[in-house]
Amino acid sequence: MNHLTLAAGLMLGATSALAETPVLTVYAPDYFGSEWGPGPAIETAFEAECACDLQFVTGDLMPRIMLEGSRIKADAVIGLNTDVTKQARETGLFGPHGQDTSALTMPIEWTDEVFMPFNWGYSGFVYDNTKITNAPTSFDALVNSDEDWKIVIQDPRSSFSGLALLLWVKSVYGDDAQAAWEKLAPKILTVTAGWSEAYGMFTDGEADMVFSYTTSPAYHIMAEEDLTKSAAIFEEGHYMTAELIGKIASTDQPELTDQFMSFILTDAFQTIIPEGNWSYPAKLDFEKLPETFQTLPTPPKALLYSEEEAAALRDPALEEWLSALGR
Amino acid sequence: MAVRTGTLSVWAGAASAALVLALTLGTLGAVAWRADGFGALGPRDWGYVWFTVWQAAASAAISVALAIPVARALARRQFRGRSALITVLGAPFILPTIVAILGLLAVFGRTGIVSDILSWAGLEPVSIYGIHGILLAHVFFNLPFATQLILQGWLSIPAERFRLAASLGFSAIDVARVLERPMLRDVVPGVFLVIFLICTTSFAVALALGGGPQATTVELAIYQAFRFDFNLSKAALLGLVQVMICVVAGALVFKVRLPSTSGVGLDRVVRRWEADGLVLRLQDALCIGLAALFLLGPLSMIVIEGIGGVFRLPGSILEAAWNSIWVTAVSTILCMVFALSMALAVSRLSSGAGALVEGIGFLTIAASPLVMGTGLFVMIFPFADPTSLSLPITAVVNAAMALPFALRALVPAVRDLQAGYGKLSVSLGLSGFAWLRWVAVPRLRRALGFGAGLAAALSMGDLGVIALFSNPELETLPLALFRLMGAYRLDQAASAALLLVTLSLLAFWICDRGGRVNVDV
Repeated sequence: MNHLTLAAGLMLGATSALAETPVLTVYAPDYFGSEWGPGPAIETAFEAECACDLQFVTGDLMPRIMLEGSRIKADAVIGLNTDVTKQARETGLFGPHGQDTSALTMPIEWTDEVFMPFNWGYSGFVYDNTKITNAPTSFDALVNSDEDWKIVIQDPRSSFSGLALLLWVKSVYGDDAQAAWEKLAPKILTVTAGWSEAYGMFTDGEADMVFSYTTSPAYHIMAEEDLTKSAAIFEEGHYMTAELIGKIASTDQPELTDQFMSFILTDAFQTIIPEGNWSYPAKLDFEKLPETFQTLPTPPKALLYSEEEAAALRDPALEEWLSALGR
Repeated sequence: MAVRTGTLSVWAGAASAALVLALTLGTLGAVAWRADGFGALGPRDWGYVWFTVWQAAASAAISVALAIPVARALARRQFRGRSALITVLGAPFILPTIVAILGLLAVFGRTGIVSDILSWAGLEPVSIYGIHGILLAHVFFNLPFATQLILQGWLSIPAERFRLAASLGFSAIDVARVLERPMLRDVVPGVFLVIFLICTTSFAVALALGGGPQATTVELAIYQAFRFDFNLSKAALLGLVQVMICVVAGALVFKVRLPSTSGVGLDRVVRRWEADGLVLRLQDALCIGLAALFLLGPLSMIVIEGIGGVFRLPGSILEAAWNSIWVTAVSTILCMVFALSMALAVSRLSSGAGALVEGIGFLTIAASPLVMGTGLFVMIFPFADPTSLSLPITAVVNAAMALPFALRALVPAVRDLQAGYGKLSVSLGLSGFAWLRWVAVPRLRRALGFGAGLAAALSMGDLGVIALFSNPELETLPLALFRLMGAYRLDQAASAALLLVTLSLLAFWICDRGGRVNVDV
């Protein structure tokens, strides 16, 4: 108990000592604020120029925003997923981001005035290139392949990457999506609730392929010097996801929040993303990317539904998925 | 009933029960209030409910059925390393789900040891994915726990009874009929209920090993309603369904159970003359051997995967471990205060009211952690910042989560105590703290130690309900593990998992050992 009281005391002490310094509160997903995520480096970089205290408050974003509603204590929310922004927008909590997004280094044009991307990536199937030498080059090739590959995917009802796969299949196959899922079903070893279980099953050798991101091999190359992981590149194009930041309209620190918003698109922030998040920065010149990222293969086309389309397609697509896989 | 402290302990028990109700039904009510009522369930949801109930019932039945012979074997055999084995066998119960899934797959998976052996022998490898995979995983988690609780039941039969049985020339069958079956009839229904309820809230394991969406449980539906649809009214309704499953199952189980007291003895080591025959020896050796093989296989894989990096873990992980140790200490003490007061109240109230208090003690397993977390958030948010309270909240919630397990250990022991020493205490005028100090605590040492051990081990391994308001700077070990997993660092996660399991077992061992020190040998 002493320890807890002490910890609580220290935290109180810390808060009052910093009472002079303005505090910028940013809600973020759990991974973001952890020691292994980009949060700590971003905090250091921003605090060096803002004379403020940047505090990340981590947890499940959407539930928290919805629960707090107009009493929200954040000045900004970072890490929202492109496929669920409709709900976030409808809360009416977010004001315009106010930044110029015309020169982003993303494969699509960005016109949203409320949510601004800070990183992005292509979804993709990752495999061990020492075991699979004839990796599929299209979704059709994967679905129709005679190979007995076993794939782990995530459940679209509990995981954002699972939802991205659902929308990817929908965007490639349209009305034939259910048939495609049925053909893919024998190759699906299992479905996991979250990305971590699936990825762990892949690295442990239980599965031949895992649904992840085309940038996942970069982690293995850069952090482990392991060159055996590759992402299969499909000619139909890959579904992409971006993570977004939104400014809370009612913030009592509008200038500081604006300063943070413009900091997002600077190199100081963007160079942290590749190795903090293992994804592409939203605005960083190609030659400033780490070498490994420059050499990663990229798909010929990026697919992304608008939030309206994604919201409208989700339930019917989920129904098809459940019918095809819920044998 | 007889001791004058009766009213005080009934009040204390009622207060604990009220706190549990606030954490379970109160949080559920808070979510429903925030959502303006309960939503509606679709046909798919009813399918999930049905699947949840039957897989949990099957998992619990198999776990208990297998645990009985193993517990009997452990109860009547003494061998070197027995107590170490009993302690280590408790490990699966406290493993974080992701770690347990990977450990099980390393043995039973497509590229696991069993498949390797089968293909080496020229046989088709087996697939773990399907309902049998779910059952396998749930038995892996719960068999050790069921074994330990049933073993406690066996150890509560006084050695004097077995001596008497031997002097009367009882065979093993007679002993089973006269001494063991009444004990099992008392203990097993409660154990079944606890395991059934644990399995109803399983979702990551059920989905991953069930092979796909056909293995969807209510908890996954809650997760979806909460996280993707942000449909609080549906989440609340599903949470209510889970509580109803608990209530119905609890009512059925309490009807079946036949409470019995086996009387009191001197807690000496039991010598079992009737089980000296070769056949029974072999049978027991086989039971213990198979159970150990089944449980230690995946555990060994977890040790092998984690041992390499365990001494190279970064300082932040050790800090997280330190936080976990404190949270565990606090929640274990809280849990034992709740459990002892409730167990005393159960033994002093009429059987109906007692069953109600005991039943309330089960609710925390049936309650969805997500609903509980959301409800707490809704309740705390208007008054304080939930994030800054994340560790104290974790301690209280973990205490409540471990309560049903500690109660399983304490309720029978307290009942025996009342039956055996209640009248004597009254005639000596022992009451209040003197009674606790001189009668209750010494007599309940073993149950208290075991209950505290379970609470400590569980609390160490529990992620708690802090997903909604985790604090990036104050993390517990399970949370750190979860974060490592999410950041591709699976090797470090494996080492952190090993550290977590070791600490959990150590916590269990210290408490359980503390309960046995100086017990007459």
